[in-house]
Amino acid sequence: MHYSPAPLHIPDGFLSFVVSFVCWVITAATLSIAISRTNKSLGEKQVPLMGIMAAFIFAAQMINFPVAGGTSGHLLGGALAAIVLGPWAAMLVMTAVIAVQALLFQDGGLLVMGANILNMGLLTAALGYGLYRSVVKGSYTTKLTVAGVAAWLSVMAGALATSLQLWLSGTSNLQTVVLAMLGVHSVIGIGEALITVAALGFVLRTRPDLLGEGSPSAGGGRGWIITGVLISLVVVLLSPFASTNPDGLERVAGDLGFLNTGQSAPYEALPDYTLPILGSTSLSTILAGVVGALVVLALAYIAGRSMQKKS
Amino acid sequence: MHSDAFDRYHHGHSPIHSLDPRVKVLVTLAFIISNALLPDGAWIAFALAWIFILIANVFSQLGVGFTFRRSFIALPFALAAITVLFSIPGEPVTSFRFLMWNFTVTDAGLLRFVSIVIRSWLSVQMAILLVAVTEFPKIVHALNHLRVPTIITVIISFLYRYLFVLADEVLRLLRARQARSAATAGVSAGGSVAWRARIAGHMAGQLFLRSYERSDRIYNAMLSRGYKGELMTIHPHHFHASDWQIAAASFLSLILMQIAGRL
Repeated sequence: MHYSPAPLHIPDGFLSFVVSFVCWVITAATLSIAISRTNKSLGEKQVPLMGIMAAFIFAAQMINFPVAGGTSGHLLGGALAAIVLGPWAAMLVMTAVIAVQALLFQDGGLLVMGANILNMGLLTAALGYGLYRSVVKGSYTTKLTVAGVAAWLSVMAGALATSLQLWLSGTSNLQTVVLAMLGVHSVIGIGEALITVAALGFVLRTRPDLLGEGSPSAGGGRGWIITGVLISLVVVLLSPFASTNPDGLERVAGDLGFLNTGQSAPYEALPDYTLPILGSTSLSTILAGVVGALVVLALAYIAGRSMQKKS
Repeated sequence: MHSDAFDRYHHGHSPIHSLDPRVKVLVTLAFIISNALLPDGAWIAFALAWIFILIANVFSQLGVGFTFRRSFIALPFALAAITVLFSIPGEPVTSFRFLMWNFTVTDAGLLRFVSIVIRSWLSVQMAILLVAVTEFPKIVHALNHLRVPTIITVIISFLYRYLFVLADEVLRLLRARQARSAATAGVSAGGSVAWRARIAGHMAGQLFLRSYERSDRIYNAMLSRGYKGELMTIHPHHFHASDWQIAAASFLSLILMQIAGRL
């Protein structure tokens, strides 16, 4: 069957026991809030709906489109699920999807499932919904633009969290894993953004009632906006910092007692981690992140505008 | 599509097949946790763990090499660990030049890399065996007994039940797209990448609406059959003496592995 494993699913063995355990604790705590919130706000009718939506996300990941050279892109779905179902329900739906991928297809491990749920389900849903919630009353173009940015950033957030967990487990070198993961996922994220924008535009045109007032899509509180913006800021600011100045992060992790395997860089590509063009200040790395985010914002805006003209 | 198109269950009547699913889930989890706790370079313990898997394979009557043949699924992820070969300080083993960088493989790095890959490879084999000898609904039922919140197990059950139905829907969408995108061999058809991505997005939106409307019908059908908010089963689980014995033997072996890994 067309089931293609995604690079974000960590298998067992690649994270240390402590990192896996801490991720499980964070995931379980978040999910227990999600369960109590959904139990309160949703009737028994919503339970089959969430089940079918989990199957929908799973099936939607099979819709691929050819990119180039035999590779193809497909949806991951965390941000889209959060926008159409609301954040708490989306977290439960994504948890079920990731659990079935691990249990049935061995795509992602069992002990590390907490980390996988955190990276691909919780972070993506919180970020995706938070950004979208800030423009829920905005125009069609604004909504789609922000949804596109949110989808791209949600993939980047997942990739960054995965990299950090691999590094804290002593499995990967920080600079290399961050550069590699974020590099690959900045491209995967563009596919995610394009599909999310198109899917959302389709739903907004054909069934606007599903996303309007009183729907789960508009139901989340304002706290979500802060959460979404905060996670986005962490992604935008921490990614360039971790990839160009890993010593800082390693010192913090060492001080906190997380890191016990001392690892130096595998090669001397950037001596002392200075980029000649940008200088060596952390300001320049932060600026690089902001510029990157602005480019994506502009691209997503153009994509949103072109969708509107077609409709 | 047939309902078991995604299923990895291999029908059988072996002692492992008839084991209580709770025991199988718990032993699998304990085995994976035990792997994660083994120190780097615990070769004897790794070997014992593999023998454990081989014995389980034999008892499940699937053939000694059953899990081995399918165990390479997690290998591509080993790329993520490749940097430890060069980055952990230690005695140089070998070095080579690639483009403009010199890479030196250290003995400590090699030890760590091989240990990570072996741990992952052992763990994935156990997970493969679990789904091969346990019907998926029974795994979900076991999770329910092991205090996984009901709403999550219910969503997983629905996901499993309707996955192939929606996969059929996807196949119809993909077939329709193919029928309308005339292509000749060697010539790329259907516009730019962005255009293709948008079409894929429209299909995802279409699939969402069809799924949403289907969930209404499903709910009504369930109500008409007496649904009251929770799923029922007519296969209650009972622990037998053999379940206790195999569980005890398995956990004892895992403890032995931990001791062997620390000698």
